[in-house]
Amino acid sequence: MKALEINNLHKTYRNGNRALSGVNLEVNPGDFYALLGPNGAGKSTTIGIICSLINKTSGKVRVYGVDLDSDPAAARMHIGLVPQEFNFNIFEPVGEILINQAGYYGIPRKLARERAEIYLNKLELWDRRYDMARELSGGMKRRLMIARALVHEPRLLILDEPTAGVDIEIRHAMWNFMRELNANGTTIILTTHYLEEAESLCNNIAIIDQGVTIEQTNMRSLLDRLHMETFVLYLDNEVDVLPDCGDYHARLLDKSTMEVDKLKGQDLNDLYARLSACGLQVVSMRNKSNRLEQLFISMLNNNGNR
Amino acid sequence: MKLTAQYHALKTITIKEFLRFIRIWLQTVVPPAITVALYFVIFGQLIGSQIGDIDGFSYIDYIVPGLILMSVISNAYANCVSSFFSSKFHRSVEEMMISPLPNYIIVAGFAAGGMLRGIIVGIVVTIVSMFFTRIEVHSYGVTIAVFVLTSLLFALAGLINAVYAKTFDDISIIPTFILTPLTYLGGIFYSINMLPEFWQNVSLANPILYMINAFRYGLLGVTDIDLTTAFVIILLFIAGLFLFALQLLRKGVGIKP
Repeated sequence: MKALEINNLHKTYRNGNRALSGVNLEVNPGDFYALLGPNGAGKSTTIGIICSLINKTSGKVRVYGVDLDSDPAAARMHIGLVPQEFNFNIFEPVGEILINQAGYYGIPRKLARERAEIYLNKLELWDRRYDMARELSGGMKRRLMIARALVHEPRLLILDEPTAGVDIEIRHAMWNFMRELNANGTTIILTTHYLEEAESLCNNIAIIDQGVTIEQTNMRSLLDRLHMETFVLYLDNEVDVLPDCGDYHARLLDKSTMEVDKLKGQDLNDLYARLSACGLQVVSMRNKSNRLEQLFISMLNNNGNR
Repeated sequence: MKLTAQYHALKTITIKEFLRFIRIWLQTVVPPAITVALYFVIFGQLIGSQIGDIDGFSYIDYIVPGLILMSVISNAYANCVSSFFSSKFHRSVEEMMISPLPNYIIVAGFAAGGMLRGIIVGIVVTIVSMFFTRIEVHSYGVTIAVFVLTSLLFALAGLINAVYAKTFDDISIIPTFILTPLTYLGGIFYSINMLPEFWQNVSLANPILYMINAFRYGLLGVTDIDLTTAFVIILLFIAGLFLFALQLLRKGVGIKP
């Protein structure tokens, strides 16, 4: 049984705007799944349909085997959503927002209070439970939406750009929290424009463009498609002339920094050995650009997007 | 969703709605009491003393039921229309839409919130009116039934208004141009027997007339219309509005693109 199964999903809005023209997705239980695409590709529409916020035109959606059309309540029971935009009543106290959300899932008030305490503590908002939501900072509001989405303990958590606009420290804390959730069995679907975030967190990926799924695979096999990666190497000594790098295409950026193109099948150990023979050690290195980003752009180009 | 879960969900929406208006009681509960006190002073004591009796009651006694019910009507309506429209505006209505809540629980929850505000304001206004006149209840059953059913009816009407509303203007158009005139022309300040026959017949098309007269019967024991007809009309309106609200939510009118 799939955590989420979408077949041939179409959506045309009343104004004639066709947002989806055949989205297909398969998310396995326990996946950390990246749903990527450029702005306007149809990611949020797809999520809106899964969460019953948007009426679909046609297609099938099943959540943990439950058909959204035949038993919407049972399907919704499995889903938690952290939307892109703040969608809580800013004049409501933080604690009440969680207690009410739990109540909408039929959770008794006493248990709802206990759950609210657990998740507000986890998201470091417990001290702000009596404050009106409007008094929270942007990062806190994002965390509030995550806590709210978890209060009924869904099996499938959908995060629509959860780290947009939050600082690096909070972003990394949120990454750790999401990893922990996923490790504890929650299936996560993540949409993000930070591709390093998707690469770092997700094991499977789908790319939507112009309302169609153009790729659906696992992260490793997708990244394996890269024919060439460019690394920046930081050396322990300064050199005036580019050392012998054999088959590697390399450039000297400054006296202690070089850039190397590694083709598929080449092994960086060979390069290290060559540099070592020249009396040079690599102190540190990094990818010149995000690998997923390179693939993402090339796929969109192939799809005629750019 | 199991029945017990539905009960907890309904309780949640009702408590949320209650806390919403009680948190701002200075804006929601106090103004109607002041307005009604002014009505009593101006219409009841100053002008009323010049008017004389209607159906054997002093003018101030005669207008008490209408003024109480007017507060119930406007507050039950205002609570639902503002609460549901705000939840659309803040998009917090999505909290309910993504949950397994059946639509009838959403409608019932908002209606319960509207009823609570209508009833609480009605009780406050009744207490205020006791400073100006002595209230003797002719029939507790009829009084309570009309009180509760009218608040339910207008809570549902407010919800429907909010579903269709796209701007803040849209939530004040109906109360200003339809609800208030119908309420004032519904026999709060006069008996329709005082009108020419043509206007008596026109007045019979005003559903609020039936509620005010049924409520007046409950308090004073006098009415311009048949009590059974009044209850049938009130119940038919409630059933119609409830089903209509359900249909709107099912289709996602105003909330689902």
